[in-house]
Amino acid sequence: MAEVATAPEAGQLATADSPQIAGKSPWGLAWRRLRRDRAAIAALIVFVLIVVTSFAAPLYANHIAHTDPFQSNVDGTITQNGKKVSVLQTNALGIGVTPIGPTWHSQYFLGADSQGRDVMARLLYGGRASLLIGIGSALIACLLAAIVGLVAGFFGGLIDSILSRLMDVIWAFPVYLLAICISTVLLVKGLQVGPVGVNPNSLWLPTIIIGVVYVPYVARPIRGQVLSVREKEYVEAAIAQGASNLRLIFSDVLPNVVTVVIVLLPLMIANTILTEAALSFLSIGVRPPNASWGTIIGDGQELLYVRPWVSIAPGIMILLTVLSLNVLGDGVRDALDPRAKLRVEGDGS
Amino acid sequence: MTDSDQPPLLEVNNLRVSFRTEDGLVRAVDGISFTLRKGEVLGIVGESGSGKSVSMMSVMRLIIDPNAVFEGEVIYKGRDLMKLSQDEMRDIRGKEIAMIFQDPMTSLNPVYRVGWQIAEQIRNHEDVSKREAGSRAIELLRAVGIPKPELRVNDYPHQFSGGMRQRVMIAMGLSCNPDLLIADEPTTALDVTIQAQILELIRRLKSEFGSAIVMITHDLGVVADIADRVVVMYSGRVVEQSEKREIFYNPQHPYTWGLLGSIARLDRPKPPRLTAIPGTPPSLIDLPTGCNFAPRCRFRFDQCGIEDPPLVDKVGDGHLDACLLPVDGRASQREAVINPGMAESA
Amino acid sequence: MLAFIVRRTLWMLMVMFAISLLVFLIFFHTPGIDPARQMAGRNPTPQTIAAIKQEFGLNKPLPEQYVLMMNHLFISRDLVSYTNRGLKVLPQIEAAAPVTFSLVLGAAVLWIFGSIIIGVSAAVLRGTIWDPLLMVVALIGISAPVFWVGEVANMLTQSKFHSSPLFSWVPPLGYTSFSSDPAMWAKHLIIPWITLAILYIGFYGRVLRSSLIESQSEDYIRTARAKGLSERRVLFRHSLRTSMITFISLFGLDFGALVGGGALLTEVVFGLPGVGYLTYNSLSNLDLPVIMGTVVYGAFFIVLANALVDVGYAFLDPRIRPT
Repeated sequence: MAEVATAPEAGQLATADSPQIAGKSPWGLAWRRLRRDRAAIAALIVFVLIVVTSFAAPLYANHIAHTDPFQSNVDGTITQNGKKVSVLQTNALGIGVTPIGPTWHSQYFLGADSQGRDVMARLLYGGRASLLIGIGSALIACLLAAIVGLVAGFFGGLIDSILSRLMDVIWAFPVYLLAICISTVLLVKGLQVGPVGVNPNSLWLPTIIIGVVYVPYVARPIRGQVLSVREKEYVEAAIAQGASNLRLIFSDVLPNVVTVVIVLLPLMIANTILTEAALSFLSIGVRPPNASWGTIIGDGQELLYVRPWVSIAPGIMILLTVLSLNVLGDGVRDALDPRAKLRVEGDGS
Repeated sequence: MTDSDQPPLLEVNNLRVSFRTEDGLVRAVDGISFTLRKGEVLGIVGESGSGKSVSMMSVMRLIIDPNAVFEGEVIYKGRDLMKLSQDEMRDIRGKEIAMIFQDPMTSLNPVYRVGWQIAEQIRNHEDVSKREAGSRAIELLRAVGIPKPELRVNDYPHQFSGGMRQRVMIAMGLSCNPDLLIADEPTTALDVTIQAQILELIRRLKSEFGSAIVMITHDLGVVADIADRVVVMYSGRVVEQSEKREIFYNPQHPYTWGLLGSIARLDRPKPPRLTAIPGTPPSLIDLPTGCNFAPRCRFRFDQCGIEDPPLVDKVGDGHLDACLLPVDGRASQREAVINPGMAESA
Repeated sequence: MLAFIVRRTLWMLMVMFAISLLVFLIFFHTPGIDPARQMAGRNPTPQTIAAIKQEFGLNKPLPEQYVLMMNHLFISRDLVSYTNRGLKVLPQIEAAAPVTFSLVLGAAVLWIFGSIIIGVSAAVLRGTIWDPLLMVVALIGISAPVFWVGEVANMLTQSKFHSSPLFSWVPPLGYTSFSSDPAMWAKHLIIPWITLAILYIGFYGRVLRSSLIESQSEDYIRTARAKGLSERRVLFRHSLRTSMITFISLFGLDFGALVGGGALLTEVVFGLPGVGYLTYNSLSNLDLPVIMGTVVYGAFFIVLANALVDVGYAFLDPRIRPT
């Protein structure tokens, strides 16, 4: 039987003629691609701007608007065009009061709400809460989902079946309904798990609830990744060579899981922000005296026909934030998985 | 003008195809030229990345990538296909020039019945009723050797085996009696026995229908079986081109020698070793200066890294090769590659 | 085939059981919650609490409570609302269902057409300015909170521009049944239809576009072109047909979820007394029997939609059909 052997001169490949293609790490390549995606970079900048201004809320409230947005200001007055004007003005019909509209100045930039509070200042503080909850719950979801996905994917068998069925059932519930149900119950008295208690008025409660509800959404792709890495031949070979290669497996599985999480993260935050807004709008999310974009929209409901800005402004903020996260998410996905874009005809043969 | 001097059916002149990518210009096809007459079979041989598929897809104008750049001429029946509009090409595609592809599972639409897909092609080019197109489809299935075609015509692609599916593709390709059939690695995805059947089928159809065929393959065995003339491609360039016999009995280019040396042949004494060609093909973006094959060629000398070897007829009879090696030394060099160690084992 | 149906039905029952159990646990057994006190409302007397405990068997072990609840719900069908004493749960749901159906059906028609138009146009116009423009529009549709869009719509149609001929026909928030006044029924629903559809047009438009673009590099599309078919035919008969498989499966799931009460936010904002609205009200009042009723009803629809989608999938993709 003839053996295949390489010709004796094989060692001397002309390296001068065939230039090296510098090996670039996949992360480097992805980052380069992302940098070139102008829409994604613009979106990132917008998102960062929103985050920064929201977290600068105290600065705005104290130094620009000179107001405490959590304090009712029913009897307050401001100076407009030299004249003293009360914040809540009696209606023309004499029934009830109407808060002032947008002044487009440093005080009451967007007007006042029904409690006489500065809407613009509340908007920034609300942004802080919405972003904290949005980002926090997305991280919780990703963390828990990573654990579930890793355990299910790794151990397989019965554990996998149980976990997958559990995820399926939780996911069978429309996300919003499940979140609404749990929130309704927990918001009465908060959550008490053993020694750890969560105050019903704390921002942690919606964060945890929303985080838990989205776990199945992230767990499924993570589990899928773990399974596909596990099935790669070289991993099987590594396992065959000895169980101490558990670490080797981790070094292969973990980057893949991290990739999945990075791709999903912007979209997750977009989803969690929308969910929190809905819950807060229905008064089962963020609770007074805290404010979030959703609660402000809810507050503005009664003023909708006379002072629409109270409801419109937070909605615009949500729209901008979620939009930029979606665009960023698309960009990240395209950067990490170029197959979607650069699929040239076959392999060029 | 004598009878054998009929104008060629297809004349490809210096066709070049490149793709603009974010990493640079990929020269997928760097100047291929050949002529094809009615009833002839041309075999295009090369590894993946050699440019064989891209060149024929370009002949069909099937590459719609906005980043693709085309140069050269493709004269079919007197018209330059590269200059036609897509509308005019559509009249030609499927009717005068047909193409079949490598993987019949993914090349057929999974949600439509096989008969429907064949009839679709017929009715697209000819004004016939559904019934007539349907019965022609049945006849075509019969012609390619599918048993019980009246029943199978209503089946879906996934209900056929690999070999049968490829027959369906061939039937579809021949449905409008094209003058030219381009087959892109039609047997690569099939096992060897089925491969033989398909080749037999193609050969039979060639004599029945009289079409010219371009057979793209990486398998010299296929070429030996069915081709009249052969073009050998390497990283986008033609390195050797001639009548079939010449390629097998008097190959001139070191790459062709490498290909021949790496297969075991029944008609020769068994060599103690088969030779693999060392190294890997170059990146199509960063092609080496001079001959593309030089980095892997054991006979290279200084000039090889400087000058692009022109594709010239050195041996006579239309046998072209692109190598700077002096012709007289080639025979022994060739033996060293194709039958290594023969001297030692004597 | 029969085995398939049996297996599917068992799965459906299992999921419904799991969901109802989950909800039951959430409302009756979350640590720190006393369901009797919840249900009794504000300042209950000890007698009220005792009466509730009796009726719902809250002193009995958990499984018995669950069974009792299910019994009231399905068998004796006499589950009674707690905040509206004397009002039975099931008839309330039955009255609310047509409202939700009307809303979701109308929105669905709109969003199917809208997303096909946007998705196909964007895919066809790829490379021109229209593609990214359409996608931005779609993204805005996804990014705007649906309840906010509804509020803005209300503001525009009921107040700001109500007097203009554009919106003067918009009636005050509410609902009229189809059988009593079809014209009014439609007028009440047009703005809600559009509001709900915007979100889904955005989502499905994007899904369809990326599906179509992905299919362009499929081998069978290459074959279709090699056959000399016109681009239009390749797009509609080949690309779209296979893309619709994913589209329709996703659609089925979303439709099921919406009909089951997922349109809650839209119903609340527009004052439409549908199942979602009922769910929301019952949640605000902690009217647990109604909550159980609506949730199980919703779960049923979701599971039914899942099963139908699976069947539909087999119908659309011949590779999956059991031979």
